Amino acid sequence: MKIPVLRLKNILLTSIQVDLTDEDALNFQEDLLKAVQINDADGVIIDITALDVVDSFLARVLNETAVMAKILGAEAVISGMQPDVALTLVEMGRELIGVSTAINLDHGMEKLQALISKRAGGV
Amino acid sequence: MEAKKIEIKNSRDVVTARKMGRKMALELGFGSADQTRLATAISELTRNVVQYAGTGLCTITDQSNKNEIKIVTAVEDAGPGISDIDKALEQGYSSGGGMGAGLPGAKRLVQEFGIDSVPGNTVVTITLRRKKI
Ligand SMILES: Nc1ncnc2c1ncn2[C@@H]1O[C@H](COP(=O)(O)OP(=O)(O)OP(=O)(O)O)[C@@H](O)[C@H]1O
Ligand SMILES: [Mg+2]
Repeated sequence: MKIPVLRLKNILLTSIQVDLTDEDALNFQEDLLKAVQINDADGVIIDITALDVVDSFLARVLNETAVMAKILGAEAVISGMQPDVALTLVEMGRELIGVSTAINLDHGMEKLQALISKRAGGV
Repeated sequence: MEAKKIEIKNSRDVVTARKMGRKMALELGFGSADQTRLATAISELTRNVVQYAGTGLCTITDQSNKNEIKIVTAVEDAGPGISDIDKALEQGYSSGGGMGAGLPGAKRLVQEFGIDSVPGNTVVTITLRRKKI
C-alpha cells in the first residue's frame, strides 16, 4: 500500500485515502520522511479527509512524523480530520492530537505557509 | 441476535474488525460519532491482542432490545494476561513502548467496559448502547 507523495514547489503533499494497517502507517512515515530529505522540503501536508478511524497508534505515528519532519527542517500540518475522529481522539485523551491541524487542505496550506515563514523569520 | 466473529492474527484483522464494528453500529442506527467510537475502541483492543498475545478472537454481538440499541464486543486471547488491571487502565501506562492510551481511551468511548484476565485467558468486553427514540 503505497501512498503517493506529491511535490508542490517547496512543499510535499500527501493524502491518505485508505484504511491503513500499522505496517502501512509505518511505511508511509518512512516514505514521507525520505521524501522530505530528498526534496529538501520546507513543509508537508498530510490530508486525512478520507480516514474514518484514527486510533492511538495512528495518532502516535502522525505526531511522530510531524516531530521528525521538523527535525529534518520541515513544518507539518494535518488537514481534513473528520469531526467524529477529532471528537473520538479528544475523548480518548487530549494529548493524542499533538500536531498542527487544519479543517481542510486550503486552510492547511495557509497554516503551513505561516509556519514556514515564522521559522524563516526565526527567533 | 446477530453475532460477528473475527479471528485476530495480524494488523489486517484489526482493520477488518473495526470495519465490522462500524458497519453493525451503522446498521443498528447508531450515529456517526458512536460508529467512530466503536470502531476506534475495537481497533485499540484488537491491536493489543496482536501486540501482547499474538492471536485472539473478536466477537461483535447485536444485543438490542425494545428499549435500546446495544452492541456488545468481546475481544479475547490466550496470551500472558494482564497482571495488574488497574495499572493497565492508567492513562500513559505501557509495557510495550506505546502511549498507554489504548485501554483507558477505549474505556472512555463506550458505556460499559470490563476486563477479565488470568494468564492464558484475557477477555475485554465493551458495550455501546443508546435508548431507542
Ligand atoms: N490483551 C492483552 N494481554 C496482555 N497484556 C495486555 C493486553 N492488553 C493490554 N495489555 C497490557 O496493558 C498495557 C496498557 O495497554 P494500552 O492499550 O492501554 O497501552 P499500550 O498498548 O501499551 O499503548 P497504546 O495502546 O497507546 O499504543 C499494555 O502495555 C500491556 O502491558
Ligand atoms: Mg494498546
